[in-house]
Amino acid sequence: MRVNLDLGIDHLSRIEGHGNIRIRVEEGKVVEAGWDVVEPPRFFEVMLKGKHYTSAGILTARICGICSIGHCLASIRATEQAFGLTVPPAAAKLRLLAKHGETLQSHWLHLFFLAAPDFLGVPSVLPLLESDPGIIHLARRLRGLGNRLSEAVAGRTTHPVSLQVGGVSAMPTKEKFVALRNELQLSLEEINAAVRLCAGFAIPAFARETEFVSLQGDADYPWIGGGMISTDGVKQPEEEYRAMTNEYLDSRNTSKWCRLSRPSFAVGALARCNNNYHLLHPEAAAAAKHFGLAPVCHNPFMNNLAQLVECIHVSHDAIRLIDELLQDHSAPTMTRVTPRAGRGVGAVEVPRGILYHSYCYDRDGYLVSADCVIPTTQNNANIHLDLPVLVQQFAANGTNDAELARLCAMLVRSYDPCVSCSVH
Amino acid sequence: MRYLGIDNDRPRIAVFDFTSCEGCELQLANKEESLPAFLSAVEIVQFREISSAVADDYDIAFIEGAISRSDEVTSLQAIRKQAKLLVALGSCACFGGVARLKNACNADEANREVYGDDPKETLPVRPVHEVVTVDLKVPGCPVNKGEVERLVQHLIWHLPYRFPAYPVCLECKQLYTVCRFDLGELCLGAITMGGCNAICPAGGLGCWGCRGPAADPNYGEFFTLAREKGFTSREMNERLGFFGGFEVLP
Repeated sequence: MRVNLDLGIDHLSRIEGHGNIRIRVEEGKVVEAGWDVVEPPRFFEVMLKGKHYTSAGILTARICGICSIGHCLASIRATEQAFGLTVPPAAAKLRLLAKHGETLQSHWLHLFFLAAPDFLGVPSVLPLLESDPGIIHLARRLRGLGNRLSEAVAGRTTHPVSLQVGGVSAMPTKEKFVALRNELQLSLEEINAAVRLCAGFAIPAFARETEFVSLQGDADYPWIGGGMISTDGVKQPEEEYRAMTNEYLDSRNTSKWCRLSRPSFAVGALARCNNNYHLLHPEAAAAAKHFGLAPVCHNPFMNNLAQLVECIHVSHDAIRLIDELLQDHSAPTMTRVTPRAGRGVGAVEVPRGILYHSYCYDRDGYLVSADCVIPTTQNNANIHLDLPVLVQQFAANGTNDAELARLCAMLVRSYDPCVSCSVH
Repeated sequence: MRYLGIDNDRPRIAVFDFTSCEGCELQLANKEESLPAFLSAVEIVQFREISSAVADDYDIAFIEGAISRSDEVTSLQAIRKQAKLLVALGSCACFGGVARLKNACNADEANREVYGDDPKETLPVRPVHEVVTVDLKVPGCPVNKGEVERLVQHLIWHLPYRFPAYPVCLECKQLYTVCRFDLGELCLGAITMGGCNAICPAGGLGCWGCRGPAADPNYGEFFTLAREKGFTSREMNERLGFFGGFEVLP
């Protein structure tokens, strides 16, 4: 059995942003194992001060190149809560549809481009262009549809333009909706191929009990707004997000860390599934069952499969939303905006977990203060605390150095961290 | 890659990210309909966001992000030494982008506000060309993948690439997009470099100037028009300073 190991991975690949893994095992004991976020700080919350409400969503979308739609939605929701605004029902549907597009493009990006290479034994998807073009074809079909859906509804897939305070500024044409609906219908077959592919992935046998936090669905699987719930039984309304996140500083990290009932907690697809399993579309629930994913699942590697389960759910729900929007295609999508002084919170389930924006406005609609709590910020401590347990378990099994390094990298990737985002 | 019977170079490309959202490099993996063609026209030897492979013998380096820490300066200088051609990808790399808005704040106060008694290293944000020589600047927040494809084609064929001289306004007119200015919204389309296909006005949002100034912009006329429409200096300053591409403020 191996008893000594000194491992450092700087700027881990196939994740968004910059983070390092360090592992030291001496005499069979893990003396150091951790996940350090080293991304340069950007100070978005400070930049937001004094900005007009029309700038807030556009600026905060730039926190993240992958979940910019989610940031924009959390931002405009916080502003609308502060101004006491309700958007027209058609706008709420369009926003959810844009959200679904983002969930699809982000989850497929992670599953195919970032996570799958580990399970397929390649450094990236690029060699598959020659060796297994079928997988690339599937990846670009599915991810392309997520991008096209986002683009059609939000105006652009990265850094949206149509999602604005007061509603949504453009309604896709009926022709566009029909084309997307057809594509979504067709994609259900392609998703089955993805399910068959991922069912063959060797998910490491590992679990560390933790707390899972997400929005709590009422009648529907939750995405935008509402109260929060944890698997340890904590419940809070949206505006009490600070009581749910408890951010604190760690000297080795430029990202903050979070805790709730335990030293760390997890957010993301697995947390959403764990808390809202009964609200999944029957086809999505069937896939979850097929993967052996049932609440409360404490294996972080299963987050990969939870994302796939959500892709199925979201594809079905996108078809429903398009049908409803087609029925009342001329419905208003914008409401008049009158700024007022006040505070508002927007909580949105973005691909990597629950995202909060909280704004305080003056009476002219200029920001006095802003606070953003990012999903990966909430996950970082949980990743950090998973690593020593993972290393201890597999080192005890006699796993070799290269394999240990691979497992640690895979563990971090399973959370689909958005590191730049966490250091905003 | 052969095109019309002629063998072309397959340039070795590396992609690097600094202070940014990584949204521009993500565009390189988007536009799925032409993705296999794009990927087979070049050889990607280093691209941390999507690949664990690392090779340092690249010809072209794409740089996303602005520079805001000393380790970034060191890495960027090393990349400049290796790369035959260094491309600034996106508005952060070209102008500092939204990251540069930080420079308007007091760095110590900002650090204290976010990190309390445990301040982190941060330098005033600089665009890439203020640290090393840049051969090509591709603006946009994010960059337009179609434009990146065309640029790469020109590099492969050894042809000079020219960015549009015309402003975004021209593209709105071509698309019959209703003028946001006429609808009473502030829009920088009249002075911003085109080439984005006027995607924001088409989606119902006035131009925010992410691509920086068009060739020879008529600032005087623009400011006069904006003031006539009732926009204040505060509103115009916020807009012009947003992506860092405009140096002239009213």
